Amino acid sequence: MRLTCPLCGERDRREFYYSGSDDYLNRPAADAPVEAWDDMLHLRVNPAGVTKDLWYHETGCGSWLVVTRNTVTHAVLATELVAARKGVAK
Amino acid sequence: MRIAGKGLIDRTEPVTFTFDGTRYHGFKGDTLASALMANGVRLVGRSFKYHRPRGILTAGPEEPNAMVEVLDNSSQTPNTRATVQEIYEGMAAQSQNRWPSLRYDVMAVNDLAAPILGAGFYYKTFMWPRAFWEGLYEPLIRRAAGLGKLKPQHETASYEKAFAFCDLLVIGSGPAGLMAALTAARNGADVILAEQDSVMGGRLVAQDNALGAGWLTTTLAELKNLPNVRLMPRTTVVGAYDQGTYAALERVGLHLPNTLHLPRECFWRIVAGQAIMATGALERPIAFSNNDRPGIMLASAAQTYLNRFGVTPGQKVTLFATNDHARTVARQLIAAGVKVVAILDSRPDASAVEDCPVYLSAAVTDTQGRRTLSQISGHHAGGDFQIETDCLLMSGGWNPLVNLACHHNAKPSWREDIAAFVPHPGMVPGLHAAGAANGRFSTHAALSEGRDTALAALTAMGKPAQTQALPEAEDAPYRLQALWQVPGKGRAWIDFANDVTVKDVKQSAQEGYTSVEHMKRYTTQGMAPDQGKNSNVGALAVLADATGRGIAETGTTTFRAPFTPVSIGALGAGGQGAGFAPQRYMTSDQASRDRAAPMIEAGLWYRPSYFPKPGETTWRQSCDREVLMVRSAVGVADVSTLGKIDIQGKDAARFLDFVYTNTFSTLPVGRVRYGLMLREDGFVMDDGTTARLGENHYLMTTTTAAAGQVMRHLDFIHQAYCPDFQVRFISVTESWAQFAVAGPLSKMLLNSLLDERLADFPFMSCGEVTVEGVKARLFRISFSGEEGYEIAVPTAYGEALFRDLLAKAETLDGGPYGMEALNVMRIEKGFITHAEIHGRVTAFDIGMAKMVAARKDCIGKASATRPGLNGPEREQLVGLRCDAAIGAGAHLFTPGDKVERVNDQGYVTSVCYSPTLGTNLALAFLKDGRARHGQRIRLVDHMRKTDVICEVTDPVFLDPEGAKLRA
Amino acid sequence: MPNLIAKSALAGHAPVTLAGTTLDEAHVGPITSIAVFPGALDEVNARLGSFPAPNEVKGNLIWTGPEQAFLMGQAPDLAGLAATTDQTGGWAALRLTGPKAADTLMRLYPLDLRAAHFPPGTCARSPLGHMQSILIREADSFLILVFRSMARTAWHEIEAALQALNARAAAGL
Repeated sequence: MRLTCPLCGERDRREFYYSGSDDYLNRPAADAPVEAWDDMLHLRVNPAGVTKDLWYHETGCGSWLVVTRNTVTHAVLATELVAARKGVAK
Repeated sequence: MRIAGKGLIDRTEPVTFTFDGTRYHGFKGDTLASALMANGVRLVGRSFKYHRPRGILTAGPEEPNAMVEVLDNSSQTPNTRATVQEIYEGMAAQSQNRWPSLRYDVMAVNDLAAPILGAGFYYKTFMWPRAFWEGLYEPLIRRAAGLGKLKPQHETASYEKAFAFCDLLVIGSGPAGLMAALTAARNGADVILAEQDSVMGGRLVAQDNALGAGWLTTTLAELKNLPNVRLMPRTTVVGAYDQGTYAALERVGLHLPNTLHLPRECFWRIVAGQAIMATGALERPIAFSNNDRPGIMLASAAQTYLNRFGVTPGQKVTLFATNDHARTVARQLIAAGVKVVAILDSRPDASAVEDCPVYLSAAVTDTQGRRTLSQISGHHAGGDFQIETDCLLMSGGWNPLVNLACHHNAKPSWREDIAAFVPHPGMVPGLHAAGAANGRFSTHAALSEGRDTALAALTAMGKPAQTQALPEAEDAPYRLQALWQVPGKGRAWIDFANDVTVKDVKQSAQEGYTSVEHMKRYTTQGMAPDQGKNSNVGALAVLADATGRGIAETGTTTFRAPFTPVSIGALGAGGQGAGFAPQRYMTSDQASRDRAAPMIEAGLWYRPSYFPKPGETTWRQSCDREVLMVRSAVGVADVSTLGKIDIQGKDAARFLDFVYTNTFSTLPVGRVRYGLMLREDGFVMDDGTTARLGENHYLMTTTTAAAGQVMRHLDFIHQAYCPDFQVRFISVTESWAQFAVAGPLSKMLLNSLLDERLADFPFMSCGEVTVEGVKARLFRISFSGEEGYEIAVPTAYGEALFRDLLAKAETLDGGPYGMEALNVMRIEKGFITHAEIHGRVTAFDIGMAKMVAARKDCIGKASATRPGLNGPEREQLVGLRCDAAIGAGAHLFTPGDKVERVNDQGYVTSVCYSPTLGTNLALAFLKDGRARHGQRIRLVDHMRKTDVICEVTDPVFLDPEGAKLRA
Repeated sequence: MPNLIAKSALAGHAPVTLAGTTLDEAHVGPITSIAVFPGALDEVNARLGSFPAPNEVKGNLIWTGPEQAFLMGQAPDLAGLAATTDQTGGWAALRLTGPKAADTLMRLYPLDLRAAHFPPGTCARSPLGHMQSILIREADSFLILVFRSMARTAWHEIEAALQALNARAAAGL
C-alpha cells in the first residue's frame, strides 16, 4: 500500500501510523452534552466503500493526513494535510 | 539419459552432487531433476498421505512430487523443488517423507489402507472418544504429517530484503514478457524484467523451434545493455499488493555452496507504475487410474528436459494428448532419436503425421509398474491396447497462470474454447495479462500481445509508445478437446501433492460439500505446497461434473499470495540478533558495563539494572545497598531515556494548558511543574515535569515508554485543533544527556563539579549552569523522594560527565544506582509509572482529580467527568504493606469473601522490598480504595502461589510531607 | 574551554569499505532546527536567503518537515519568526560513498534512491529500517542522520547490507 503525503510525495505504507476515523477532527465544544462526546469518541460507521481516516506520517515529516479511500477496491482517492483543511484558520 | 548435441547445459563443466548419499554427475546448468533424470533416477519422493512412489512430473516451480531436502553445513532446506534447484559442486540432497529409505518406506502401508483414508477421513475418524483427541490422535497425526524437516538449530545463513522501483514491471520472460520489456525499454521506460527461472526466455528456452535461437540471444543482449532495464533472473513475483506494490522472492545463493554473507534469498518489494503479467501457462495432467507412477510426466516437461537439458525422460515413450501442442513434443523426441512407441490422442479427428503409431479417440485407463512405469493399457478407436513403455507423457491442455491477477480477490473468467480460466482487465489496477497467461498460446500471439500490452501501459503512464516490429514466429492453432478424467476402476489422481483422487472429489460432492471452497477443505485438494497449481482446474471440472453444474458456475477457490512458498528467513531478513529492533544506547552505556551492570531493556533502550559490588551475589543485595546509599549519601543515575520536547512560541503556554490537565501559563520562568496528560477519552496518557525556560520557551518531559506516543499526540492536537497557534516543538531527547543526582549529599556533589556553586535553588526550579566548562541545564526535581537534581549536558559530553559524577560520588560514599533501586525508591514515594497509568486509569483513580483544572478546557476533560469514571465503584490507587513477598499481578479480595472473579476488588501493579522501611510494599488499585486505608485485604496470586493478608495504606509510604525533597 | 571530553556517536568505528563503497562516521558540526511560526515564512526566507521546499536541500538548509528545516550551522537570530533548537548532539551522521551506496540504502529505505529519482540536493525524512532518519543526497555520497542512541544499529544495518552486496559481487551475481 502506498500513500501520498502532500509534502513528501508518494511513500510506502510503513512510514505511516493509522489512527482511525476522521471523526476525531470534529471535537465538540467543551460544554457539549455527553452524547456529543460519545459520538465523536466511540460511534463509527463501517462503510463498504468510501471512507475517510487519519494517518500520521510518523517516520516521515510528522504531518497528520486525512486519507479518503475505498475499503472495497483499496483505491486511495485523496490525501490532504489535517493542518490545511478548509475551515481551519492558519 | 543424455541426448548428444541437445540442451543448453555446459558440458565442459561437470558437477558432482549426492542424492540420498549416492554420488552423481551432472553439468552446470542442470537442475537436480534434470541431473537425476540423466542418471536414470526415477523414484525421487513419496507422496504425502499414501507414501506412493513418485517421480518427476514437471520441469518448474509447480512440481508436486519431486521435493527434497537440501543440506549444507548450517541448514537443511526442506520441500525444495528438484525441478527448480540448480546443482552445484558438492551439493547434498535427500528425499523426504519416507522411513527408513525412499525405496522401502514403512508408511507405504497407508496405501493399502487407502479405502478408509479418503476424503474426510480425519473428520470422521477422530471424533470419538472426545478425550482421545489431545492425548492420542493429535500427536499421532502430527508425527505422520508434514513433508520435509528443518534442522532444529538456528538458521545462520544470510537473507536479504530490498526495495526496487520501475515504470514497468514485466513478470515472466517468455515471448510475451520479452517483447513487452523490449517495447517499453526501447521507448525509454524504466523496466524490471523478473523471471523465476535461472535463465531468461520462458517457454522459448524449452520449445527450441518457436523462434530462431538468435532472436532470444540478441534480445537478451540488448536488454542487458540498456541502462533502463534491470533483469532479475531467479526472481518469482509472489504477490500483487495495493498501489502497484509487488512482492518478489529472489533465489540469490541457493544455487551455490553456502557462502559467508551471500544471501540465500532476497525478498523484494517492487513498486511499479504498471505491470505486465506474462507468467505463461501450466500444462495440466489428465486423471486416469494410477496416473501417478514415476515415469508419467507432463509433455511440456519432457520438452524442457529434451531441449534445455539434453535429457530424455524415457527410452520407450508414449504420449497421451488432447491437443496439437503436445504433439510437437513427440515430434521433437523422434527427431532427437528417442523412440516414441505410440501417440494416444483423445480426439477423434486429430491428424496423424508423426513417424510413429498414432491412435485417435484414445484413452489410457490404467498403468502398471512397481516403482516405475512399465506398461499402460486403455482403448482407442481400434479397440483395447496394452503398451510397454517406461515414460508416458500427458497433456490435458494448458491453464493460464492467472494467480497474480486474482490477488485482489477478483475471480477469473471461464473461456469455453480453451477450457480454461483467463484473467480480465482491471482485476488488479495497473496489471495487464499478456500471452499464454491471457490464454493466447501461439508464439506469435504472445509476442504481439506482449508488445501491444506494453504500448498500452506506456500510454497509461503518459510515456512515449512507439510500436516495435515483431520477429517471425509460429502461430499454430491450439486445437484442444477438453478431457479431465478417464472413467476407470482404480484411483485417478487429481492432486498429486496432497494425494487427492477423482473419487475423493466425487465423495465430497456426494456428502454435500458441493461448494468449491468446501470441497477444497474437505478433500485438502489445492492445500499442499503447490497450492493446486497442477490440480485446481481439474478438480473443479470433476466437481462440476459430479454436481451437474458447469465449470464457470462452479467457480474457483481464492488465489492468495504467495504464488510460491516464501521462506520465513526471507520474510524476516535482517531481523535476527542485532537487527531485530533498533538498540538505543545511552552515553553512559560503556561506563555502566565497565562496572559489570547487567543491562535491561526499557522499550528500545538499554539501562543498567544495578551495579554489583564485590561480595554481592544477588540483585537484591545490590539494589538494597543502592537505595540506602541514595537515602543516606548520594546516587547518580542516567535518566536520558525520558522524552524531552522543546516547545517554543508565544502560544506555547496556551498550547500546554490545552494539552495538560493542569495550568502551565501561570508557571514562572525558571520553575518546573508536574503535569498530567489525558487522552481525549478521559484516561491518563502520560505524566512528567515541564520546565519554563523562558517566557515563550518550555521543556516538556515525557516517560521513556510514551515519548513517541506523546509526540504523535502533540502533533495531532496542534495540526487538528490549533494550527494557527504560534507554537512549534521538536524532540530534544537525543540532544541532552541527563543525569539524576539524588540524596542528602547531592548538592555537595554538584558543587564539586559546577563552575559556580549553587546559590538558592529551591525544589522545582530550573536554570542554566556550567559544568566543567560546558553549558548545562539543571533541574531540581526528584523521583526518589530525596533532595534531587537532574543535570543535562549536550549528548557528546554525556559519558565524560557520567564518569566524573561517579568518581566524585564515590568520594562521598555514594555511587551509581540502577533501575531496580530507582523503582524501589519511587514505590516508597508512591510515584506512578506506566505500570500504574496503563491506559485504563483516570485522574480520579490515581488521586489526581484535582489536577484537572476547572477554569479551562483541556484534552480529555469532558470525558474525565463523565459518569462511571469518578466514584466509589472505581478501583483507586492505594499502597499495600505486607510481611511476605508479593508479586505484581496479584488480585485483591475482601477477607472472608470467596476467591472468585465476581468478588475481585482490585490488583497489584508494582511491588518491592523496601530496605528503608524493612517491609514489602506494593502499589495497587482497589475498589473504593481511598476509603479503605487502614483496612486489611487478602492478596491472592495463583501464579506464584501466594495468599496473604496485607494492610491498605496511602500510596505514599515515605516522607508524605516531602520534607526531604525540599531540604 | 570545556574540561569534559566530547565523544562522537560512533567513536571507535573505523571506516568500512566493501564492494568499493565506504561507510564512515561524518562530522557535520552544529545542527539547528528552524521551525517557522505561522505566517513568518516570507520573512524567514528573506533572512536566510531562501528556505527549502519539501525534500530539498538548499545551501546549508535541509528540509525536515512542515515549514521546518535543519540548518547545518549555528542558530541565526530568528526571534519571533521561528523556533530555533539546537539538535547538534541528537543526531549521529553516517556517510556512504561509492558505486553501491544507492543499492545498499535501497535495502533499508523504502525509497527510490536511483540518481535520476533522488539527485544531489534531495533529502527525505524516511525510516532506515525501523529508525527515524533524515537522508541527504550529496554530490558523491549519501549523508544519513539517525538518532544518536541508535547509531550503532544504523551502522550494523548498513554494514550488513554492504556485506551482502559485496558477497553478491564476489559470486558474480
